[in-house]
Amino acid sequence: MIGIEHYLAVSAVLFTLGVLGIFINRKNVIVILMAIELILLAVNINLIAFSQALGDMVGQVFAMFVLTVAAGEAAIGLAILVIYFRGRGTIAVDDANRMKG
Amino acid sequence: MLQAIVFLPLLAALVAGLGQRWIGATAAKLVTTGALFAACAMSWPIFLSFVAGNGEAGVVPVLQWVQSGSLSFDWELRVDTLTAVMLVVITTVSALVHLYSWSYMEEDPDQPRFFAYLSLFTFAMLMLVTANNLVQMFFGWEGVGLASYLLIGFWYKKPSANAAAIKAFVVNRVGDLGFMLGIFGTFLVFGTVSIPEILEAAPGMTGSSITFLGMRLDTMTILCLLLFIGAMGKSAQLGLHTWLPDAMEGPTPVSALIHAATMVTAGVFMVCRLSPMFETSEVALGVVTFVGAATCLFAATVGTTQWDIKRVIAYSTCSQLGYMFFAAGVGAYGAAMFHLFTHAFFKALLFLGAGSVIHAMHHEQDMRYYGALRKHIPLTYWAMMMGTLAITGVGIYGVFGFAGFYSKDGILEAAYASGGGGVAAFWVGIFAALLTSFYSWRLMFLTFFGKARWGESEHIQHAVHDAHHHHNHDDGDHHHAATGDGTAGYHPHESPWPMLVPLGVLSVGAVFAGFFFYKPFIYAEEGAAFWANSLAFDAHLMHLAHEVPLWVKWTPFVVMAIGLALAWNSYIRNPSLPARFVAQIGPVHNFLYRKWYFDELYDLLFVRPAFWFGRLFWKQGDEGTIDRFGPNGMAALVQGGSRLAARLQSGYLYGYAFVMLLGLVALISWTMVQFR
Repeated sequence: MIGIEHYLAVSAVLFTLGVLGIFINRKNVIVILMAIELILLAVNINLIAFSQALGDMVGQVFAMFVLTVAAGEAAIGLAILVIYFRGRGTIAVDDANRMKG
Repeated sequence: MLQAIVFLPLLAALVAGLGQRWIGATAAKLVTTGALFAACAMSWPIFLSFVAGNGEAGVVPVLQWVQSGSLSFDWELRVDTLTAVMLVVITTVSALVHLYSWSYMEEDPDQPRFFAYLSLFTFAMLMLVTANNLVQMFFGWEGVGLASYLLIGFWYKKPSANAAAIKAFVVNRVGDLGFMLGIFGTFLVFGTVSIPEILEAAPGMTGSSITFLGMRLDTMTILCLLLFIGAMGKSAQLGLHTWLPDAMEGPTPVSALIHAATMVTAGVFMVCRLSPMFETSEVALGVVTFVGAATCLFAATVGTTQWDIKRVIAYSTCSQLGYMFFAAGVGAYGAAMFHLFTHAFFKALLFLGAGSVIHAMHHEQDMRYYGALRKHIPLTYWAMMMGTLAITGVGIYGVFGFAGFYSKDGILEAAYASGGGGVAAFWVGIFAALLTSFYSWRLMFLTFFGKARWGESEHIQHAVHDAHHHHNHDDGDHHHAATGDGTAGYHPHESPWPMLVPLGVLSVGAVFAGFFFYKPFIYAEEGAAFWANSLAFDAHLMHLAHEVPLWVKWTPFVVMAIGLALAWNSYIRNPSLPARFVAQIGPVHNFLYRKWYFDELYDLLFVRPAFWFGRLFWKQGDEGTIDRFGPNGMAALVQGGSRLAARLQSGYLYGYAFVMLLGLVALISWTMVQFR
């Protein structure tokens, strides 16, 4: 029987993967965007798992909202990325250090 | 009228000093000189009325000044015989010096400032002598000190002038501390600073004692000594005299006005003004006598070795001030004031004459480069001759004498008559008179007689060189010619009339001031009537002084003649003698030439330790402690901290995100622990 613990475990693994994807990734910014999607996905799994377990539909409604926001975020993120590439000619993470004080 | 005498110079100084941009240099000079001549014209009638015996002593109120608890005093102008004497001395010499400066300072770009300072000085000095309370006297005292500082440092681009000005100011501070303590003590003891009230109450305090620096001391002695320290500073007495010779860095008219005729005599004036107070303490009078006699001797010995014409006269001034002080010390205040009066004329004359010589010699002041000036500047020569005759005390007893003859003999006779320490002072005075005669005639012979020696002088060579450049086209050969007579082709010219008129007027004073006024100043009955309680006139002493043995009266004349003969022998008959003599007594000469090593001693005792302390506090205290841990420490902390923070700010997104995550984790953990 697949219980809530399994869902939570998968979600935790996904979340960790996402976080690590942000920090350890040295390649390019698109990977960061994908890692963020992973984190949101982990959250969604959590929400739905608890919704199922507690018999409360609010969690699933929330998951729909998160999906919507994730889609918007991906669109905006990619748009920024395109502009950024035009400006600097690269999307390598190590080159994105313009914010140094 | 008295208000006009005192405040006209102040008004002129303000107009000339603050308004010079609008009224221009000539107007500024006119205003100041005019004001001083007006003040002078108003002073003489006051003085002559006192001489005639119908002068009225009184006090003119000006303004309320301080009302605080039991301390209260006002601005008041006091006039009595003593003040009247000072009034004529100050205004006359000041007016003449103003006139003299028209020519002497002609090429100076800063003339309005100079004249404003001169007038300001005159105002402060008048404030000092008309003071009716010690605080107003102190105001004048500091005012003249300030003006002296400004005028010594008038040529502020010369480092030596600045150094001399600072030295004069600092040395005078030492004396002023004594004066201030004296004023505080006087207020403590008498509960008032009003001079008449103090003098009235002073005899009643005889024998009482007071605790000072943890010691039980006689009240009047300690008060008088503290006040006398102030007088020593201002009047350049031994110990605090080092500033006076250096003050010669100022323009010569300043030396004549401030450092010969008026300001340096303020100490003598103060002792005379407070003479009833000094009379209550034997010890204080003894100290005054001793210091006066020691200064008299010291300065005279140094004066015999100096080469700078102004320094010789400066040491001469110092020595004459010593005479005045020991006269005051033996109780002959009238004689002290008389010498002050005559000295003002002949010493101002000598200084202005020296200024005229310096003017003619293109600011060469070394007497080794003078000689034979008698024929080139005859009027200056005759004026200086009058001054020299006056200072050396030439005169035939009972017939006629130059000014110094009456005043110096008055002092010496009074010293002899007073007995005890006075007799010692008498012999010191006699020896100093011998030296006075020697250095005065040495100055005259080196300057006006012998062969011309100025060909070697750099100043003259510059002048000749410049003249040659300017007049290249017209008979240039004239300057080229190697004349071989020590003149280098330079011929000094007599000074213009604004310089000669003061010389003439002062010559009249140097010749007749003694003859006309010796009776009221120092004769027993006439003196008592003339001074009329304005100072502690001891008619009995002056009577005794008149009755001294004949040899006492003739000795000053004899030593004067000996000094003259010595100078003549050394500098005219046998000019190579001084050099040989100096070679023989090398160390002694060095000791005198280096002014008894006072400057070196003070440098070692005070100046160096002061600098060492200053450097210690500066380097270790200020920079090493306060700055290091205070402002600089703070700045270093902020700088170091921000450098660390800047290293965190890598600019990489993931770094920021990581920190955010850490923060989030920390926050959640804290919440979980807190609200479990």
